[in-house]
Amino acid sequence: MASCRHLPSRRAALLGSGALFAWTQLPKLARAEGRDPRLVVIVLRGALDGLGAVAPVGDPDWIRLRGERALVLDGKPPALPLDSFFALNPAMPNLHRLYRAEQATIVHATATPYRERSHFDGQDVLESGFAKPGALDSGWLNRALLGLAPAGGVAPQDKRAFAVGPVTPLIVRGQAPVMSWSPQQLTPASDDTRARLLELYQHADPKLALALEGRIRLAALARGEGAAGNAAPLPPPGIERARASFAEAAGTAARYLARPDGPRIGAMGFVGWDTHVNEGAADGQLAGLLGALDGALAAMETNLGAAWQETVVVVTTEFGRTARINGSNGTDHGTGTVALLAGGALKGGRVLTDWPGLKSADLYEGRDLKPTIDLRAVLKGLLRDHLRVEEKALAASIFPDSSDVAATPGLLRSA
Amino acid sequence: MDTSRQAVAALALNRFGLGPRLGSIAAIAADPRGALLAELDRPNAGALPAAALASSAEAFRRVADANAERRARGIAMAKAEEAKRLAEPAMGEAPATAAPANMAAEVVPNPGRQIYLDEAKARIDAALASEIGLAERLVWFWSNHFCISADKIQSMSGAYEREAIRPFVLRPFRELLAAVESHPAMLFYLDNTVSMGPNSVAGLNRTRGLNENLAREILELHTLGVRTVYTQDDVIGFANVLTGWTLLPAGDNPEHGGEFTFNRRLHEPGPHVVLGKSYPEGGIEQGKAVLNDLAQHPATAKHVAAKLVRHFLADDPPPALVATLARTFQDTAGDLKEVMKVLISAPEALSLPPSKLRRPSEWVTAMVRAAGTTADPQRYTGGQATLGEPLWRPPSPKGHADDEAAWIDGMGQRLDIANTYAERIAGRVDPRVIMDSVLAGTLSETTTAVVGRAESRQQALALLFMSPEFQRR
Repeated sequence: MASCRHLPSRRAALLGSGALFAWTQLPKLARAEGRDPRLVVIVLRGALDGLGAVAPVGDPDWIRLRGERALVLDGKPPALPLDSFFALNPAMPNLHRLYRAEQATIVHATATPYRERSHFDGQDVLESGFAKPGALDSGWLNRALLGLAPAGGVAPQDKRAFAVGPVTPLIVRGQAPVMSWSPQQLTPASDDTRARLLELYQHADPKLALALEGRIRLAALARGEGAAGNAAPLPPPGIERARASFAEAAGTAARYLARPDGPRIGAMGFVGWDTHVNEGAADGQLAGLLGALDGALAAMETNLGAAWQETVVVVTTEFGRTARINGSNGTDHGTGTVALLAGGALKGGRVLTDWPGLKSADLYEGRDLKPTIDLRAVLKGLLRDHLRVEEKALAASIFPDSSDVAATPGLLRSA
Repeated sequence: MDTSRQAVAALALNRFGLGPRLGSIAAIAADPRGALLAELDRPNAGALPAAALASSAEAFRRVADANAERRARGIAMAKAEEAKRLAEPAMGEAPATAAPANMAAEVVPNPGRQIYLDEAKARIDAALASEIGLAERLVWFWSNHFCISADKIQSMSGAYEREAIRPFVLRPFRELLAAVESHPAMLFYLDNTVSMGPNSVAGLNRTRGLNENLAREILELHTLGVRTVYTQDDVIGFANVLTGWTLLPAGDNPEHGGEFTFNRRLHEPGPHVVLGKSYPEGGIEQGKAVLNDLAQHPATAKHVAAKLVRHFLADDPPPALVATLARTFQDTAGDLKEVMKVLISAPEALSLPPSKLRRPSEWVTAMVRAAGTTADPQRYTGGQATLGEPLWRPPSPKGHADDEAAWIDGMGQRLDIANTYAERIAGRVDPRVIMDSVLAGTLSETTTAVVGRAESRQQALALLFMSPEFQRR
């Protein structure tokens, strides 16, 4: 059928407006310890096939489950071994290198508490930090920011998150205001026009004033940097555009994060992971996207420079995909998946898992990888041990209804 | 004319239309509500003037033909290249010249982009030409509710809206639903063209099978709404029902390629259960019956009512009004014209203060209408993309967001767009005319003063277009 001639996915080409990141102030307690930690959360929208990214090559049921589309160590190209049981998709050599340098950790068979299969509800749960969909007022990263000290360079007066692109993702929405930035090819308004408009908004519409103010501050920061100004036009839709825009968003975020007076916490979303049709394995659609993600991680490592040693990048998704291949060589919406952690601050080189198995009876509802690690445990562990967010805020306001989910200890070198 | 009447007229034009043009406020000030209702009763409301645009199937075939020709040329060029290399063995490992595939792409360009721009132009022209723009707003609303993406099927993206949305925005919902879900663009966008019943003739002969995508999104996004009354088993049952809903391939059918067809060989035989009801085998009728039931379902009524009120009135829709609309939907078998009449006749419709942040598409259109200029489709669609709402390219099947939180952080981009547009038109458009005549003095004193003090026409126009009165409706 004709579908393969078109895009790998309906979402893949929306990256111009789909790549977003956000950030705000400094982790004050961590700073008191002489550290200057950075945290970046990447949300893969559309649901990542965790088994296609990190394959359980040592599981006796693996080949039976995926047949020719199972990643294997003697495949073409071969999967990259992580330990005696798991291997990484060969599209991710950078993540593999970081893993071997103990700067990457894989969490497998993980999921948020969401157990249905709607992308949009699933993303809302992942981003809101609430156990159920429907809470749309604020995201967990924004609420985590509220406990931290203001960052001098970006927002001396208030607590502020930052988003690239004109549409703000839920994960950074909330009381800590959001700034936005996106590549420009327009005649920007003069400072004078901005000031006059701001004055009008301050009289007439405080919400619009707040939104514009964030933008003005950011423009000042970008001017100092000179790097964030002119982006090359996006290549045509397809995997090349994904590669270019992932790398651009991640690289830009990293440049800001590297600055002494820059932000410390950011988030961005990459779209295109809804691989219902012709997903592929070691090559093909998913491998192309994973390669683009791998390139984004490499761009962050490069642009962060020395600050990479104090950085953790968390790659998450709303849920996994069906364990078996569907009727059109893809996978449908599922449950358990992987989370990928990368950064010099990690005690990496490990796969964290309580492996559920792949026999039919082991699968969630007989079809999906069964989640055995609550993603919130990992996120709590990172917020607590990396940023020093207070333990009681974690269960009370950041991840409500999670008092039975203990923070994962020992994810970091320092803790 | 008394000023409060003008204010209500302006609100009607902003909230339910595409914003005032020169003379619009005066034209409807005597009875703004009546003018809105009259637009609903206008014959052919929502239709585009019959333009020389290709049908979705024609557009699909044109792109497919170009693709095939390009591939053929590429192969021919590669062969010629190879023959040349063999004929000149002395050259040895001479570096290849421009890759044959690239050369072929130059010789046979993709017509999809031009088709998209022609469609965009027709849509923009309709928005600028409409008197109030209520029917166009409904087209935009339903096109977003039942979105497809030009990133997956560019050739059909505009024709889809003309064929499956426009004729039905004031018809019973079941007609709209039937048109949308059987349109090739939707079947292609949500992967139904690759779904086959595991026990169908084709499914047994090949190794392919079911794809749940379309069935799930119909239940979750198009009809009942997420977290309502359906389960995973309903998704699977419905996906089985929909197997066989596909399009005729372009390659071997120059007359009808790209049109909808029900292909029995792909259809999963037997009765299937959806929402507790068993639908007997009946080919395409089985799917039509499920869609018909979904269109009448109370959950669908609630879902549609809430989305309409949220879109036109407020991010937090007044619950009583949503309930009233849902009841109308049910009482009239989903008659969308009756539903809109009830919405417009509600007291809140023209009394609730303007709290809704205009979406980028609405804002850009309002700006161009107020200035009275024309729009170049390339520039216009580029601006929309910069603002995060690229035409017919939603971020997901859920469509573009419809709440302030998603858009307010784009105010900086809006300012730069307003500034760029103001720079272009300042030589021929007088901000004072817009303030006094087009907007008929409905701006606040503060805005009037700030715009009046501007250092230049360009700055005045940018401030005017960015004013709260111009951003909210």
